[in-house]
Amino acid sequence: MTRARLQTIFYTIAALIALIGLADATYLTVTHLTGEDLVCGSGDCSAVLGSVYATVAGIPTAAFGALAYFAVFSSALLAAFGYTRARIFLTLVVAVMFGVTVWLLYVQAFILHAFCPFCLLSAALTFFLAGIIIATPSTASQPSEGESTTL
Amino acid sequence: MKRYLPFVIIAAVAVLTVGAGALFYRAKQSAVASGGVTRPSTNEAGAEPLHVRGQPGAPVTLEEFGDFECPSCATAAEVVSKLEQDYGPRLRVVWRNFPLEMHPHALEAALAAEAAGLQGHFWEMHDLLYKDQPVWSKALDVHPFFSMYARSLHLDVERFAKDSTSDEVKVRVVSNRDEGVSLGVKNTPTLFINHHEVHPPFSSERLHEAIDAALAESTPKAFEADRASPPAKIQPRGDRK
Repeated sequence: MTRARLQTIFYTIAALIALIGLADATYLTVTHLTGEDLVCGSGDCSAVLGSVYATVAGIPTAAFGALAYFAVFSSALLAAFGYTRARIFLTLVVAVMFGVTVWLLYVQAFILHAFCPFCLLSAALTFFLAGIIIATPSTASQPSEGESTTL
Repeated sequence: MKRYLPFVIIAAVAVLTVGAGALFYRAKQSAVASGGVTRPSTNEAGAEPLHVRGQPGAPVTLEEFGDFECPSCATAAEVVSKLEQDYGPRLRVVWRNFPLEMHPHALEAALAAEAAGLQGHFWEMHDLLYKDQPVWSKALDVHPFFSMYARSLHLDVERFAKDSTSDEVKVRVVSNRDEGVSLGVKNTPTLFINHHEVHPPFSSERLHEAIDAALAESTPKAFEADRASPPAKIQPRGDRK
């Protein structure tokens, strides 16, 4: 299998994962905006989503997550189509998401002492995305198809 | 065509996400459930600045920072109510408002409860607000619901409406919240048993264990000392002794 083919597969998987994350974050955002807490299984969503960490400057934290996942989806899709600049952007966004996810996990574990399964799902997806970005073969030296069409 | 395909897909996903989110939001907002109001069984006064239910000399004090619109608080209220029955005079419950910004009607509900408290019916309104939380929390305008609750409690509804917007009750709510913030409260419900924070989940079993432990530790003298001092600041679990 060629390097370009592998890249396409990896970035397509990343885009699909980002779609799941987008759905998760959108659901959390809407639930937050309607003021309806979540009671989910053995977790304690309300303790997490009702905490001061659930908003940043009055904006639901989940909304930032939704934007980030949309950015990942868009850039991963463009990367799959050969846009090399999108790959750089994708790497940067996933790196930021990784850092924020680690912080939010810390908040849940050591400050709130409560976990929200929806947030844990998002964390798992972000870690998966980071793994994909790391595992994706580096860009070939020749110009890619998508990039050449934009120049 | 292939050149534009990714942009078409991205635009389609954006439209779908926004559309689905808007539909979901509208569906949740319009789901104003219908339900009845049940009168509480007690008529005890509760107009104290600090809302306390139980015997003053109870060896265990359970303090809650709560939000009337928080579903977990409603669940916890049921558990606490059962605990009050189980422990009788050995347990007293203290309530403090901690309305969260994420709940659009939480502040109004806290003000309504405090307004009812000015007429000696805080706890009855507290119980009603939690009992009917699935009803009023989904309404766009909660005031008709709160007025209905006030009528069901035989309050002076006109005075209740006036008190609900008064500075007096606002100060009570804000001071409760400020106190919570100063103690490190970040979410609701936050519970303290004899001034020690209890971490979620607030199951009956877990709270029973905590109360039993507090009962085992407490003596009347120690309790009097506790009453004279404010709750300790929330400490990370690892820092506790």
